[in-house]
This record gives sequence, structure tokens and C-alpha cells, in this order.
Amino acid sequence: MLLKFHRIGTKLIIIVSFTVITILGVFTYFSIKSQSENLITEVERHANQLSETIRHSTRFDMLANRREHVHNIINTIGEEKGINNLRVLNKEGEIIYSIHPKEIGEMVDKNAESCYACHAENEPLQKLSIEERTRIFKLHPDSARTLGIINPIYNEPSCWEADCHAHYKSQTVLGVLDISVSLADVDAVASENSRNMILYTLLAIIIIAIILRFAVNYLIRKPVGKLVKATNYVAIGNLNHRIDSARKDELGRLANSFDNMTKKLSEMRLQLVQSDKLASMGKLAAGVAHEINNPLTGVLTYSSFLLKRAQDNPEMKSDLEVIVRETKRSREIVKGLLDFARQSTPRRGKVNINETIENALIILKNQIKFKHIHLTKNLRKDLPEIPGDSNQIQQVILNLVVNSIDAIGEQDGNITITTNEIRLSPYGVAKITTATCPKGHDLMDTDHRIDGSPSIRMKAKSKNNEGFVYLDPVYGNHHHFYGIEFDKDEIIKLHCPHCGVTLIDDNETGPDCGAPVYNIIIPNQGTLKGCTKFGCGWQQWDFVDKSGEKNFTEITIKDNGCGINKEDLDKIFDPFFSTKGQKGTGLGLSVIWGIIDNHKGKITVDSEIGKGTSFTIHLPE
Amino acid sequence: MNESRDILIIDDEEVILDAIKKIALFEGYSSDICLNVSEAESYLQQKKYSLIICDIMMPDKDGFEFLKIVQQKRISTPVVITTGFSTLENAVKSLYDGAVGFIPKPFTVEELVSIIRRGIEYGKIFSNKYDLNIDNTQDLLSYVPCPPKYYRLGCDSWMNIEKDGICSIGVCDLFIKSIGTLKEFELLNREQTIYQGGTSAKIIENSDHSHQLLSPLSGKIIEVNEHIITDKILLEKDPYFQGWIYKIIPDNLEYELNNLTPCSTDI
Repeated sequence: MLLKFHRIGTKLIIIVSFTVITILGVFTYFSIKSQSENLITEVERHANQLSETIRHSTRFDMLANRREHVHNIINTIGEEKGINNLRVLNKEGEIIYSIHPKEIGEMVDKNAESCYACHAENEPLQKLSIEERTRIFKLHPDSARTLGIINPIYNEPSCWEADCHAHYKSQTVLGVLDISVSLADVDAVASENSRNMILYTLLAIIIIAIILRFAVNYLIRKPVGKLVKATNYVAIGNLNHRIDSARKDELGRLANSFDNMTKKLSEMRLQLVQSDKLASMGKLAAGVAHEINNPLTGVLTYSSFLLKRAQDNPEMKSDLEVIVRETKRSREIVKGLLDFARQSTPRRGKVNINETIENALIILKNQIKFKHIHLTKNLRKDLPEIPGDSNQIQQVILNLVVNSIDAIGEQDGNITITTNEIRLSPYGVAKITTATCPKGHDLMDTDHRIDGSPSIRMKAKSKNNEGFVYLDPVYGNHHHFYGIEFDKDEIIKLHCPHCGVTLIDDNETGPDCGAPVYNIIIPNQGTLKGCTKFGCGWQQWDFVDKSGEKNFTEITIKDNGCGINKEDLDKIFDPFFSTKGQKGTGLGLSVIWGIIDNHKGKITVDSEIGKGTSFTIHLPE
Repeated sequence: MNESRDILIIDDEEVILDAIKKIALFEGYSSDICLNVSEAESYLQQKKYSLIICDIMMPDKDGFEFLKIVQQKRISTPVVITTGFSTLENAVKSLYDGAVGFIPKPFTVEELVSIIRRGIEYGKIFSNKYDLNIDNTQDLLSYVPCPPKYYRLGCDSWMNIEKDGICSIGVCDLFIKSIGTLKEFELLNREQTIYQGGTSAKIIENSDHSHQLLSPLSGKIIEVNEHIITDKILLEKDPYFQGWIYKIIPDNLEYELNNLTPCSTDI
């Protein structure tokens, strides 16, 4: 991997490495310092003990003034490893014994290392503590450190009473035993320790860097990569791309909010495109209306004028009546076009469904005739008027019939339009505002909204992934948001996102496909049941089903055309999805869906390849 | 201004000019035709007309500009606007700019004759109003203007804002006076929606000519005045109070008020 310094990962590794170096460096410094101090203390104690031992063991020979013996003892001990020097100075500073025979007889200056401790004060000192008697020095700048310890040999009665009479009673110190011990070993241990510590530090940095590399990769690089990819998709105009992140961290939230943004953007673009389309259609319709209306005026005025004058010629009169009638019909078609153009501003009124269907069919009459399509109308006479925008409903009918005509193509086909009044449960209307798991944990998620309402969040497991599923809060609506991908017909395992308890009731299976059923508690309003099979839309909410059935007007437009692929059936209401290739923009059905949804209604499709398609619309009264 | 003719027809399509001229002649009206507004101006300088029928979309000046010229030159001849681009907006704008009527193309002979008759009647009422020398005590042509706080769409219909955002709408006295004896109304029903500039009622006179009353506002009808159906005279006797037609909940009152003339400016 090439280190790139602008990357967050690299920066993090550098920062953490510096921190580790600093912390471990300070720790190592103090730890080595205290270690070597301990070692030196130990050496010091040992040297002191040695010096005492020498003093005691030579004492008898000293008293007996057996200098050869003293020499022997000192030389023998001096051979021990680590002892640099071992000598005895007399009061005048003359070296009288030493393991280096050359030194013997030399004078040591009072300011020399061995003497400084006592003679610095220019006063003979009685006793010196161990610390004061030791010093650490280097003989040469590049030699190992040496610890020197002096041990004064004090005068005592046995000395001045001895036969040799070498010392007088008035003397306090008779001489000094001076031992120098090499600290090379101690220094070696200390340097080895610091070398180890540096090694550990480097090791720690490498391990941390590796861990950080993977952590950064997982925590930052991958999600950021997905975000960048998603922004690129949006930049080239694909507003249907979703990141679908199941993460809860900041980047996960960013991804969700990004998804939300693109969703809103795509909705807005849809609206824009639609209004743009309507505006251009308006212009077109206006132009067509003007161009057609002028020649029609000539036809209508002259024909009605002739008709007026032909009152006493019955044969001519009836012919002229046909011309006037057909011209008036043309006038209605153009008027329909102008009305159609006017719908950019929705106008709420009362809609007479049958009349609206007839109006839409006037526009399409010739097209139907030209293609030899057999049109059957089963319109129920006593349909009540429903609240809504008749222009928009007319657009829906118009587009659906045009779709049917296109689906029939060149063959002779049948289109059946049926209207009826039915009672339906509030399926697709009632909205869930509170939902919990069996343990009472709230499942509503106000952050993730579907069609503007808080969704129901559940933890979902697929074969090889785990994430969240956001259920459409409108009972019977299926604008669910799947945080992860599922295979077709896969059974989704659903759990409470808070406590993980399963939401699936193993004892019950859905009536449509036999898959297990999930249960969501709606406090005080029973239970919402639904199918766990991906793609199955079965839901049941008994509480609401029983409480209020409502009257709906049902419009069915059925054709025996080419039909729609099962795979495409889920997508046909998506914006920009088109099976017409270059012929269509793919907006028609999504606009229709939007209009029906605006009317609080529902549109469903049923289709079989080669047999035909039927669209059913339910509009509330 | 020695000569006088009944109708001046302005349209850029000769077929339409000829058709209207023929129909007018058949009905006994004399007429002149011209293809553009400047031609019409010279005609107006030479002759006196009882009615002008003008198209909107023409090559040099359009119908709205012609209405402005008519106003500036203080020509009292009533103008009827016709157009192939028959949107509600054009209807509203025509009436707001001073036209007495709007007839969308294509029209039948009956529709044209109805509006010609009504237009000429307007002219008679206007000249009566302006000519102060005529003794007004017994004439039937003078008309009652709208109450000051009302708004009107041209000379067709009025609207008045009542309590709770409800508006009452009705027909102006001038419109009633411009047509003959009332025979029948065709009203819309409760809950139906009307649009500003769209047809709100059909008024049929004894001679079977039917006239469309354009609505001053868009909105949903919440009440229809049943009294005017049983007592037709009410509309003629008290068109501004007892003779209201609908009570509606307006869709976009604030915006649509801009297209209406405040009746306070009439006095």
C-alpha cells in the first residue's frame, strides 16, 4: 500500500504513532533510569560490603604489620571480575597497596576523586555515609562508567598499641581503602533495555498502524467511498441510487440523510418534469386549439347556417345535421385538449366518474376505431360523485386507455372499462402512528419517513446480510424501504432493533404464499400482521378492518394486449421506468400513481404475458 | 360619420369574416369586414357602428390592443371578442378590458346571433345612458349599477364577499337588460365547481336565444338560489340582493379579484 499523506487513515496513523512514541519514550526513559539506579544501588551495596570485607580481613595482618599478607589479600580479591582497582592510601595520600603494582608509592592529590569527599571541607571527617563515600566517574571519556567507593580506615587503640608503633594515638584516620568497580554490566543492561523498549515501540506502532488501517478502511474509507459513488451517480442524474447504509454512526447517518435527500430530489424532479411536461403540453394544446378552431369555425358557421336555411328540405337537413353534430364533437375534443392543458393547477371539485370516462374516450374515439379495438363500457349508472379533480382523473383514464391501445398493438383487441361502487376496508388508507415489539419497544422511526410519515423500523436478516427494513406506515401501502438487498421471494427474518426479539410468529403463515407472518403490536389497536416473503404484499390489521369499511368507486380498465412481465410489474409505477423503449418517457404510470395517491385512492395492476393487463383504481367517496 | 352600419367585423381569416357577414346579413344586420386593427380604425373614423366583433390573435395588433384603442378614443360602440384560443383566461381578460361579450370559436349560427343581439342591445343602453337629453322617466333601457362594494366581471356577473369566506354571485342588471324577456335559466347544482370566465348559467330568452353567463370567480357552489327559479321576475327586480344566483366557496379569491372591476369605480 502506498502511503498517501492526504488520506485520513495516513494522518491518523502518523498522529497515533507520534503519540505512541512520546508516551513510550517518556515511560522508557523513566523506567530505564529507575532500573539503572536500582542496579547501581545494588552494585554500591555490593562494593561497600566488599570494601568492609577487605578492611576486616586485612585488619589482623595490618596490626601484625604483615604487609605481604595484605598485598596477597588485595591482589586476590582484585582479580575478581568487575573490579577495576583496589588500593589503600595512607594519610599522606601515598598509595601503599594496589592491585596495579605500578601505582604503589605514587602520591594521590587531595583533590583527586578518592579524596574529594572528605577533604572538600578541609576538615577531617569522622564518619561518612555510604552515599557520600561513593562516586561515579569515567576514567576516559569513552570508557565505561566506574563506581568508586572509599572506606576510611580509622585509628583504634589496637593500632597505636601495636608493636610496630607505626601510628600515634592522636591520628583519626590512618588511611583509605579505595575500590573502583566497573559499571559496564549495568550500562549494558540499561542499554539493552532501552534497545528493547525502542523495539517494542516500533512493534506497537506497526500493530497500531495495521489495526488503524483496517479500522479506517471499514469505518471511513468504505462508507465514504459509497458516498462518493452515490454523489457521482446523482451528479450524472441517477436519482434512484440509494446507499442503504445500516450503520448507526455519523457516516451511516450521513448516508441515510443523503438517501433521503436524493429521494426528495427525485420526487422534486418528478414534479418538475411533470409540470414541465404539462406546461409544454399546454402550449401545444393551445397552439393546436387555435389552429384547429379557426377552420372549424368556418365549417360550423356555414353548416349551421345552411341547416338554418334548409328547414324545408328534410334530406339535406339530416345530412347537414350530421356535419353540425360532428363539428360540435370536434369542438369538444379541442375543448378537452384545452382542459387537459389547464390541469397544471389542480382544482378540487366533484368528479362524475362516468362522465370523466366518456370525456376521455371522446379524445380517443378515433384512435380506438382506427385500430379496430372493441371497446366495452360497463358503467354503473348510479355512481355518486367523488371529491377530486376531474381533469386529473381524466388524465389517468386517458393514459391508461392509451397504454392499453399500445399494448394491443396491431392485433384486434378488446378494452373493457368497468365502474362500480364497492365497500372496502381502510386498507391502503389507515395510517399507523404507534407500533411496538412484543416487549413494548417503540418501532416508529421519525428520522426515516415514508411519504412524509414516520416509518416502522425493524432489524432484518437476509441470507448473507443484516440491516434495517422500514415499513410503510400506511396499512396496505408498500412504499417500504429495504436497507439491504434481498433475493426474490426470500423470507426476511425480522427482529426488534432495540431488544432483538423476533417479530415472526412461527405458528402462523400468510394466506397468499404460505410464508411466516410478522406481528407488530399497535398499542390499543390490535396487531398488524404481514407476510415476511420479500415481494409479497399481504397485510392484515383486524382492528381497523372491522372498524370502518368505506365506500369506494372502482374503475377497472382491462385489455387483452401483450401484458407486462412479472419482473417489471413491481417497477411500472416507478418514475422513468418504461417498457415502451424510445416511445415513452416512462412518466405516465408514476404520474397516474401520484394522482390516485393524491386522491387518497389506490391503483393496482394485474397482468399476464400474452393475456392482457388490468388496472384497478379505487377512489374514496 | 354620416354613414352607419350595424356591425364591424375584425378577423385575420377571410372565411370567418365572410361567414359572420353572411349570417349577419341573413339576420338583417349590415356589416363591414376588415382584416386587421388599423383597417378597423379607419372604418371607425368614417362610419358609425352598433357593434364590433373582434378576434384576439391577429398579425399586427391583437384584440386586447384594439380594446385599449376603443377605450382611449372613447368609442362607445360595444365590442364582442372572439377567439380560437378559447381559454378561460382570455374570456376573463376580454371582459375585464371592456368587451361586452366573449364568444369562443368555433360557434354556431345561433350562438353568434345571440351574442350579436345582446351586443347591439348594450349599445342602445349605453347611448341612452350617455345621451342626457332623452327623457328617462319612462324608458325601459336604463339600468341599475352594481352596489359600490361589489366586484363585477365585465358587464356579465357580479360577486360580493360575504361572511366566513363565502361569496355570493349573480348577474348584472345590464346583462339582464341586454336580453329580452327571460324564459328559462339553466343553473348548475350544489357541490359543482365553477371557474372564473367559465359558464356559470345559461339564460334563455323568449325568442329562444340562449346566453351564457360567465362566472366572476372560481369555486364550489354551496347554495343555489331556489327563489329565482320559481320567481323569475326576482332577477329583473332585484338582481343585486334577492336575485343572487349562487353562494360559493372561492378557490383563489385574492388572485381572481385582480381580474374583476370594483363597482365603486362605476359611480
